[in-house]
Amino acid sequence: MSASAIVVGASSSWSRAMLQISPYTFAAIGIAIAIGVSVLGAAWGIFITGSSLIGAAVKAPRITSKNLIRSETKDDHFVHFMPKISVIFCEAVAIYGVIVAIILQTKLENVPSSQIYAPESLRAGYAIFASGIIVGFANLVCGLCVGIIGSSCALSDAQNSSLFVKILVIENLVVHLGCLE
Amino acid sequence: MYGFEALTFNIHGGYLEAIVRGYRSGLLTAADYNNLCQCETLDDIKMHLTATEYGPYLQNEPSPLHTTTIVEKCTLKLVDEYKHMLCQATEPLSTFLEYITYGHMIDNVVLIVTGTLHERDVQELLEKCHPLGMFDSIATLAVAQNMRELYRLVLVDTPLAPYFSECITSEDLDDMNIEIMRNTLYKAYLEDFYQFCQKLGGATAEIMSDLLAFEADRRAVNISINSIGTELTRDDRKKLYSNFGLLYPYGHEELAVCEDMDQVRGVMEKYPPYQPIFAKLSYGESQTLDKAFYEEEVKRLCLAFEQQLNLLYDFTDDGMVGFVFELQFHYAVFFAYMRLKEQEIRNLMWVSECVAQNQKSRVHDSVVFIF
Repeated sequence: MSASAIVVGASSSWSRAMLQISPYTFAAIGIAIAIGVSVLGAAWGIFITGSSLIGAAVKAPRITSKNLIRSETKDDHFVHFMPKISVIFCEAVAIYGVIVAIILQTKLENVPSSQIYAPESLRAGYAIFASGIIVGFANLVCGLCVGIIGSSCALSDAQNSSLFVKILVIENLVVHLGCLE
Repeated sequence: MYGFEALTFNIHGGYLEAIVRGYRSGLLTAADYNNLCQCETLDDIKMHLTATEYGPYLQNEPSPLHTTTIVEKCTLKLVDEYKHMLCQATEPLSTFLEYITYGHMIDNVVLIVTGTLHERDVQELLEKCHPLGMFDSIATLAVAQNMRELYRLVLVDTPLAPYFSECITSEDLDDMNIEIMRNTLYKAYLEDFYQFCQKLGGATAEIMSDLLAFEADRRAVNISINSIGTELTRDDRKKLYSNFGLLYPYGHEELAVCEDMDQVRGVMEKYPPYQPIFAKLSYGESQTLDKAFYEEEVKRLCLAFEQQLNLLYDFTDDGMVGFVFELQFHYAVFFAYMRLKEQEIRNLMWVSECVAQNQKSRVHDSVVFIF
């Protein structure tokens, strides 16, 4: 062990302790954060949107009942489903986190124990940790953002179905693309 | 944390906020009011109202209709909506909703006490009370002879108890004292409500501060105007003004010494937000002043629902990021909705009375359009 410490050039006891932590730990934590935190963000976003959506739907069914009586264009049916798209976007955020976690997990390989503390394996461990954190927290924020926008979208859709929905859907798409990129 | 209310507001308040915004979209619009103003009889009014949100409440009423029935049924709708919201609410929203009704409780208490003083029947008075301000022991108010008894017998169990500390005297109740009692109670209630909203913090505190400050100022002006020429001394008048609002403290000192309408107008014109109201008055009639205040109130209440308040820019240093979302996740929408609905009921009452008395030319004197 001390041989590898000299090889890597560790100077203080803290950095030596850090280097003794198995890279498997970092990788596993990274994968856990990727999936755990992004699902947290998605769920948070869904409840923010969902509670407003249900409350607004108490009044908004009059949009669909107007359709039954006066058979307006198909646009109204399309429009009434718009706020649910926000929930679907949040769901997509969670699924994206799951996909990244699965991809990262396939990168976890079996390394012979003499090689565990080699620089390459340390680097791999840190890399998986970093990507897990990036994906997890980015999805957390994205899920929250989509949730809040979706809640406002649901409320304004209930009031005025023609104007606000298209604008807010575009904004939803922008946020979504931003998080994926 | 200011600015992060959007993250947790919806846990308890999201559903109800969406419900109240749905209710608000059911308020009568200018087109509805135009239809109503062109009605010839009360049955026409009933027919038009049945096509709006008031349908289920009015359609079973037999003709001939009275204006009081129309107003009663519309108030019933407000009460049903309020109760629906109250039973779904958790703390602190439920406390907030209850605060909104304390004003009506105070009005009911004063109504019964005044009516008893003039030897009216208790049952008749109970029917005239506003349903939102009812509480259990309200009928025993008729028994009290002076304020101390009033407090000891009835009011100590109600939410109004803490407001009485300033006005317990042993004097007998008469008209002047009752009015002073009403205003003292209302002052304590407004201050309590203001403190409660400040404790809630965030967007609720800011928007409610603005709305309650307007209410306090408006009451100060009304007290000043109504006590011109009465026996109320200047110190007593000053004691009735609330301790917050735009007019506090310098405006109150000036208002306390006003002896007629023009002096009041002179004082109010120094405050930019109130200048347009008083500029519209030409001969100092108090009726147009009421209407002007109602219009200003409606404007501010609608702002609580949607647009950006410029006042928000003054309060924080770091700019205007995300303020539009602040205006969604707060409790002031509930207060604003209740007030707008009451204004609508006042409008309906005015329109019905004008139609019933065949004075349709005066309809637009007092109707305040909300949309």
